[in-house]
Amino acid sequence: MRAVFFLGFVSAVSTLVAQHSFTPADVENGGRVYRGNCLNCHGPDGDFIPNVDFSHGKFLRAVTDDDIAQVIIHGIAGAGMPAHNFTQQQADLVVAYVRSLAMSAGHYSPAAGDKTRGKAIVESKGQCLTCHRISGNGSRVGPDLSDIGGFRRAGELAQSLVEPDAEIAPENRFFRVVMRNGTTFTAKLLNQDTFTMQFMNPNEQLVSLQKSDIREYTFLSKSPMPSYKDKLSSQELADVVSYLISLKGEDKP
Amino acid sequence: MNLRVLLLAVVTGSLPAQVSFDRILQANQEPQNWLTYSGTTMSQRHTPLTQITPQNVKNLEMQWMYQARSLEKFEATPLVVDGIMYTVQAPNDVMALDAVTGRLFWMYSYAPAVEARPCCGRVNRGLAILGDTLYMGTIDAHLLAIDAKNGKPLWNVQVAKPQSGYALTHAPLVVKDKVIVGTAGGEFGIRGYIAAYDAKTGREVWRFYTIPGPGEPGHETWQNDAWKTGGGSVWVTGSYDPDLNLTYWGIGNPGPDWNGDPRPGDNLYTDSVVALDADTGKLKWYYQFSPHDEFDYDSVQVPVLADMDWQGRARKVMLWANRNGLFYVLDRTTGQFLLGKPFVKVNWMDGFDEKGRPKRVAGKTPSAEGTQIFPGNQGGTNWYSPSYSARTGLFYIPSWVEYDSTYFKIPAEYKEGERYTAGAPRSTIGGSNAPGGPLTRLDEEGHGAVRAMDPKTGAMKWEFKMADVTDAGILTTDSDLLFTGGRDGYFFALDARNGELLWKVTIGGRAQNGPMSYSVSGKQYVAFAAGNSLFSYALK
Ligand code: HEC
Ligand code: HEC
Repeated sequence: MRAVFFLGFVSAVSTLVAQHSFTPADVENGGRVYRGNCLNCHGPDGDFIPNVDFSHGKFLRAVTDDDIAQVIIHGIAGAGMPAHNFTQQQADLVVAYVRSLAMSAGHYSPAAGDKTRGKAIVESKGQCLTCHRISGNGSRVGPDLSDIGGFRRAGELAQSLVEPDAEIAPENRFFRVVMRNGTTFTAKLLNQDTFTMQFMNPNEQLVSLQKSDIREYTFLSKSPMPSYKDKLSSQELADVVSYLISLKGEDKP
Repeated sequence: MNLRVLLLAVVTGSLPAQVSFDRILQANQEPQNWLTYSGTTMSQRHTPLTQITPQNVKNLEMQWMYQARSLEKFEATPLVVDGIMYTVQAPNDVMALDAVTGRLFWMYSYAPAVEARPCCGRVNRGLAILGDTLYMGTIDAHLLAIDAKNGKPLWNVQVAKPQSGYALTHAPLVVKDKVIVGTAGGEFGIRGYIAAYDAKTGREVWRFYTIPGPGEPGHETWQNDAWKTGGGSVWVTGSYDPDLNLTYWGIGNPGPDWNGDPRPGDNLYTDSVVALDADTGKLKWYYQFSPHDEFDYDSVQVPVLADMDWQGRARKVMLWANRNGLFYVLDRTTGQFLLGKPFVKVNWMDGFDEKGRPKRVAGKTPSAEGTQIFPGNQGGTNWYSPSYSARTGLFYIPSWVEYDSTYFKIPAEYKEGERYTAGAPRSTIGGSNAPGGPLTRLDEEGHGAVRAMDPKTGAMKWEFKMADVTDAGILTTDSDLLFTGGRDGYFFALDARNGELLWKVTIGGRAQNGPMSYSVSGKQYVAFAAGNSLFSYALK
């Protein structure tokens, strides 16, 4: 339900073009590097530096992915952009992420929210922790939100709350599974291959099944998460977004 | 006869004769051996061996595993000659192994120049043999001759300049007394060529430029100086028809890959198959699968040659599943287009004219804002070897189903030795270098399959679906088995007649070479690579 960046990515630099694309996982990994190394100067939307705005594809000089990778590795001497001791491959992942910012959902200016009130709503009225986990508390069935503010933008978070079905990230897909013996359950798909599937069930158990034991499995295009459009006032929604934005997972190693 | 004499007799009896070109032409007469990349010069990747059958295949067990000291993709198909296996550990270590135990006899490690810059991995797809000599192309674009007995290099010639982006990654093809190779480098604005070298001396005998120069036919399909950086790489082994004395090669993408603006025209002979006179390298005919390609649809597939009844008469045909998503049957004597049909979803073309030229769909071209194209950048299939079985009459394709990319085009300027691709296709599915991770894709977002096609109609007879896409080639046998693997770490056997799963093993790594089969002392083996290891299986 976030604005999913669905598309993998072959950058022109990327090492190895004709046969090389980036997967959503690459973009996620690139995002991790970005948050660790670039966020402070460039901001989550990549628009903190004047005339450079990654989420609108605006650059001073860089045109190609290769250019961006070169800037990341070598920096821009005398202009405040430091060099980074990255391999080409790491730089490519960051490029994938930088490009993804321009492809994800549009902008939203969050109404002034109060993150303290937002925290209270998340923990009580919103019952978010029955599905989500924040800093070690709550359920693991929904995505862990401990660092959600580090990589989702306010507009995406607001959309997640009011239109949870709009986009469901590939790693957050729930399936209804009917076994050959008739047992039926709903669980989050963690992985699969040609012959097996791995799920997390609602009791947070990891379950691995042979496809030959499964009669049918159906992707639930409706998110298990309820819409908070009518459950929370617009002020409450703004409060929740402010709180989520503040979650940067700093306490992580 | 006492034991010692008997032993001696056995040993002398099995002393390997030299691999003459006659032996290579008659490779099916000695199915215990695998003498060339695709098994025979017809390139059907089909073995006459029948010890392993649909009934007993479940009794296969691992005989040995060779773990490479290389983290690069293991793409080589081994050769086997009289119990000795010859193969390559990436990038360019030639090895002779005992085909029964996997034990190393010798290894020759060639150190490629630091300038080597193959686009898509420091890979090698195998060797050729003639007499007692092995031949290997290297990622720094050298061709080497190596003594098959002891791994000593005999000669080494520079085929092209690695500084300009040229590399050799495919197994050479031996025809008569020549060794034929072609140059990779389609992402670097090379001008590709295929060249034949004297097997004894390494002297160049002929050269065919895949991008015709001024005055040559086909040059009119280029404008300005675009031909100088027109690409036309070669990175998969060709085939040979001894009756016609023609050697067939698939040619790669034009440069730059994803932006056709700098190179108006059809851009011959990119994305074509060329039929060359094996003695002179002169072009006999060509067929262009994807004129003015903007999707990186290299036609570097193995040209599979078959003799079959075609609409009531015996015909020499060529079967071809192209990266562009279409399955073709061509007359290999004349190049005549006989049949073309999508084998996966295709949206860049919607039919052929009477000569077999595809009709492009308006608007389906890379753009600044991105254009969704089926099949995506890795293609409906790619370099992974297909297989043809004359017994079932079916052609088997490692396929990427429901797979698309969104193509962005950006300007690019040519600089020698630098990437010259001018765009960025994006897809939910990564290329063969993409790191692994959990797979939560839905079927309709793309998956792999073995698709069995009837060449007479272009209709699909059956398919075996895989959850992930596949980079693995296919082997079929005279006992109607089909062996292949996939990206999700299985190797398995299907019934070639109906696609039924008969046996599978979890092998851990991605299978990304073409399986092959051989036998030693009456025992049949199936060998394949997955992850960084080479495996050999036989019946318990
Ligand atoms: C019934 C379980 C449930 C409840 C209650 C719930 N969620 Fe969710 N939420 C999910 C699931 C499952 C997903 C992942 C699937 C999807 O994207 O819809 C998700 C997704 C999200 C995402 C997007 C995560 C991402 O990676 O983009 C956010 C943000 C979020 N929830 C916030 C909240 C907040 C805040 C609350 C409380 C106000 C809440 N959720 C209540 C189940 C729940
Ligand atoms: C210390 C602050 C700082 C850090 C950390 C930093 N940058 Fe920059 N970056 C800048 C500044 C300042 C500029 C503008 C330089 C100029 O005026 O040309 C810039 C420019 C850029 C550009 C634009 C080049 C162009 O042509 O417009 C890119 C791309 C970029 N940075 C990416 C990154 C990435 C990716 C990271 C993290 C790996 C990163 N930066 C880390 C300060 C920083």
